[in-house]
Amino acid sequence: MLTPGLRGYVLEPPAGDHKSTSKSTSKPVAQDLLPAALAALAPSFTVAAERGAPGSGARRLTWLDTFDWRLYRAGLVLELEQARRGGRLRLSQADGTPQAEQPVTGWPPRRPAQDLPAGPVRDRIMVLISPRALLPVVSAVSTGSVTRLLNADGKTVARLTAERATVTAVGTTAELPLRLSVAEVRGYPAQARKAAALLAAVPGASPASQSAFIAALTALGRHPANYTNTVDAQITAPMPGSVAVARLLLRLLDTLELNVDGVLRDLDTEFLHDFRVAVRRTRSAIKLLGEVLPAGVASHYAKEFKWLGDLTTPTRDLDVHLLGFAATTEHLLAAAPADLEPFRTFLVRRRAREFRRLAATLRSPRFGAITDDWRKALLAVRDASAPKKRRQPTAAELAARTTGRAFRRIVAQGGAITPDSAPESLHDLRKRCKELRYLLEFFAPLHDPVAYRKVVSDLKQLQDRLGDFQDSQVQREEIGALADAMLAEALAGQGTATAATLLAMGEVAARLAVSQAEARADFAHRFARFAGPAARQRISTLLAEPGPPAEPDPKTP
Amino acid sequence: MKIYATYNIKGGVGKTTAAVNLAHLSAADGQRTLLWDLDPQGAASFLFRIKPRVKGGGKALIRGTKTLEGAIKGTDFDNLDLLPADFTYRNMDLLLGTSQRKQTRKIAQLLQPLAAGYDNVFLDCAPSISLVSENVMHAADVLLVPLIPTTLSVRTLDQLTDFVAGFDGDRPEVRAFFSMVDRRKKLHQEITQDLLAERAGVTAAAIPALSLIERMSVERAPVTAFAPRSQAARAYRALWSEIRAREE
Repeated sequence: MLTPGLRGYVLEPPAGDHKSTSKSTSKPVAQDLLPAALAALAPSFTVAAERGAPGSGARRLTWLDTFDWRLYRAGLVLELEQARRGGRLRLSQADGTPQAEQPVTGWPPRRPAQDLPAGPVRDRIMVLISPRALLPVVSAVSTGSVTRLLNADGKTVARLTAERATVTAVGTTAELPLRLSVAEVRGYPAQARKAAALLAAVPGASPASQSAFIAALTALGRHPANYTNTVDAQITAPMPGSVAVARLLLRLLDTLELNVDGVLRDLDTEFLHDFRVAVRRTRSAIKLLGEVLPAGVASHYAKEFKWLGDLTTPTRDLDVHLLGFAATTEHLLAAAPADLEPFRTFLVRRRAREFRRLAATLRSPRFGAITDDWRKALLAVRDASAPKKRRQPTAAELAARTTGRAFRRIVAQGGAITPDSAPESLHDLRKRCKELRYLLEFFAPLHDPVAYRKVVSDLKQLQDRLGDFQDSQVQREEIGALADAMLAEALAGQGTATAATLLAMGEVAARLAVSQAEARADFAHRFARFAGPAARQRISTLLAEPGPPAEPDPKTP
Repeated sequence: MKIYATYNIKGGVGKTTAAVNLAHLSAADGQRTLLWDLDPQGAASFLFRIKPRVKGGGKALIRGTKTLEGAIKGTDFDNLDLLPADFTYRNMDLLLGTSQRKQTRKIAQLLQPLAAGYDNVFLDCAPSISLVSENVMHAADVLLVPLIPTTLSVRTLDQLTDFVAGFDGDRPEVRAFFSMVDRRKKLHQEITQDLLAERAGVTAAAIPALSLIERMSVERAPVTAFAPRSQAARAYRALWSEIRAREE
C-alpha cells in the first residue's frame, strides 16, 4: 500500500489490448508481461514474492459515485474493498493520491450515503454528495501478486504489484489488461523510479495513461460524467426553430427517462427532483415555444405533462420537509426537538403512501404512452425534411422573440406589484421568472457566454428572493394542513400527535412567516435592480449579439 | 503519539533488541510506528537492513536544516518506519549544549511535527548518561529499562529513578523489565523474584537469554518476524501486552 505522499508508477500494455469478453479469449500479450517484467528487473534487484501482502490475492472492489458523478467531478475516486465481513472505503484523488480511508461493516453500497458510518471518508465527502446516494458504478474482481524488490543488503526498496481484473457494470463484463504498479518504499524514491524505468522498457508495457477506475469504465464502453440535468441540446442559430425545439424537448425527455429507474427504486430524493425539473422545463417549452410544433401536439402534451407534474408534487413536497427536518429542529426556540418527532414520523408515513401512488403512476400504461408517443412525435419534427409552406423562424429568431417577450412580461408584471399586492402576484411573477430562466438555458448555446452569465446572474438573484417568499408560504400552508391531518388521526385514536408537537409545528410555521416577511420586504429592491436600465441594457445586448459559431460543438451528443 | 524509549546506562543489556521487537509488535498491531535509532553504532538500523546514514548528519536534524520527516525510511514491515542512525550522532551532545546553555528538550521538540503521522515512537539511544539521554528521557512518555538480574543493575535502576524524579514538569514513567535472564542461575531467580515483590514498575514478563535473539544480527530482522512462534517472540509479545495493558 502506498503511504500518502509516496508515488506509484503504473504500467500496462498499450491501448487496444483490452479484451472485451463474452468468452474466454486466447492468452493476450498481457499474460506474458509479468515474467518479462521480472526478467527486466533481475539485473538490478533481487526479486522475492511476498505472500499475504496488501494487494496480493483475490480482491473484490466496487467503485462508487452518485448518479450525477459528484465525486468524479470533484476529482475524487471512492472504492469499497469488500472483505468477508465489512470492508474498507478508500477515497483518493484521480491521480491515485490517497485522501482518506475508513472501515465499514454491514454497509451495502446501494444505500443512501446518510447511512454511511462515521469516519474520515464520510467527513470528507458528505457535504459534496448530500443528499444523493452512493451507487456502485463498476465492480471488479481482481487477483494480485506482490513482488518485493530488494537491494544488495536484502532490504525491500520497492514493491511491484501485478493485478489482473475483471470488471462489471450493468450486465457488461470486460477483462482489463494486466496492470503493473511499482510502489515506492519510504526513503527509497530513486529505486522505485529505476524499477519503473526498467519496466517501461519492457516490450508491450507503457506507463498507464489512466487510473484503474477510468480504465474499467473505458473497457466497459462507459463514459464518466455522462449525466447532467442541464439542458445541453445540440442547436444552432440558423437551424429551423422547430428542429431546435424538438432537439431541446428530446434532450429533456432523455433526462426524464434516465431518472425513472432511480425514482422507482427510491435511491435518493434527487431522482424525483431532476425528473420534476425535466417535466417543468418540458411544460414551459411547450407553452412558450409550442407554436413551432404541429397543431394539436402542443396542447395534448401540455395536458399530459401537467398531469405528470401534479402527480409528483406531493412526494416532492414531503421530501423537502424531510430533507430540511434537521435544520428545522435546530431553529426551535421554545419547543424541544423531540416534540417534533411525531411530526417526522407522520411525514415519513405519508411520504411512503404518496410514493406508492407515484410509483404506480410511473408504471402505468398512460405514462408509458406519454414518453413513447412524445418521442415519436418529436423525432418526426426533428427529422422532417420537407420545408413547410409557411416560413419558419430560425432558432435564433425564435430565441430572441420569446426571450424578449418573457423579459418584458416580467418587467410589466413586477412593476405592478405594490406592498399591498396579494401573495399570488409574487407567485405568478416567480413563474414568469422561471420561464425566462428556462428560455435562457434552452438557447444558451446561441448566446454570447459573457452576456448570458450576466443576465442569468441578475435573474437568479430575483428568483432566489421570490423562491424564499413562495417556499415559506407553501410550507406554512402545508404545515397547517398536516397539523389538521395529524389532529384528525389523533381524534380517531390512531396518531401520536400531542399538543407539544402541534405547538412545535406552530413555532416552525412562525419562523417561516418571518422569513417570508423578510423576503417580501426585500422584493422591491431586488426587482428594481433586475428591471433597471443596466439590466435592460444587458438583456438587449444578449438578444442582439449574433452569438457563438453556428457549428455545433462536436462533443455534445 | 506515545513515545517509548529503551534506556540503560549500561550497554549490552538487550536494549536495541527490545526496541526492535517491540516496535515490530506495535506495527503488527496496526499502530503506525517509528523507531529512531539514536545510537551512532546503528545496531537497530543494521537489523532492519537500512544504511546508518542521514543526509546532513545529526547536525542538520538538530539545527533544523533538515526535517526528521525527510530522513525517515520505510522498513520491510507494514506500519513500521525507521529514522536511521548516523555516525555523527556521536557528537550530538556537542550540538545540544554549550557551556552556557544546555538543551534538554530539543528531541521532544523535533518529534512534535511527527505526531499526526505516528501512533507510537520508539527511541533507542546509546548507553551512558549524556545530554542525548537526558533529552530522550524528557521526550519519552515511558522509559523501558532492560535489567540484567544482578545487584549492580538494580542499583542503576534506583539511580535512574531518582534522576527522573528530579525533573521539572512532565516525568516519564519508568518501567523496568528483566532481560537476558538465565533461569539456570540461582542469583537471577532470586533477584527477579525479590524485585518483582518489592518494586512497582517492574513487569512480570521477562526476556530470557536465548541464542535466537542473538541470531537477529544474522537474520537482520526482528525475532518476532522471522521466528514468530519461538520462545523469544512469545516473551517479547508478553512484554508488549503488559506494557500496553498498564497504559490502558
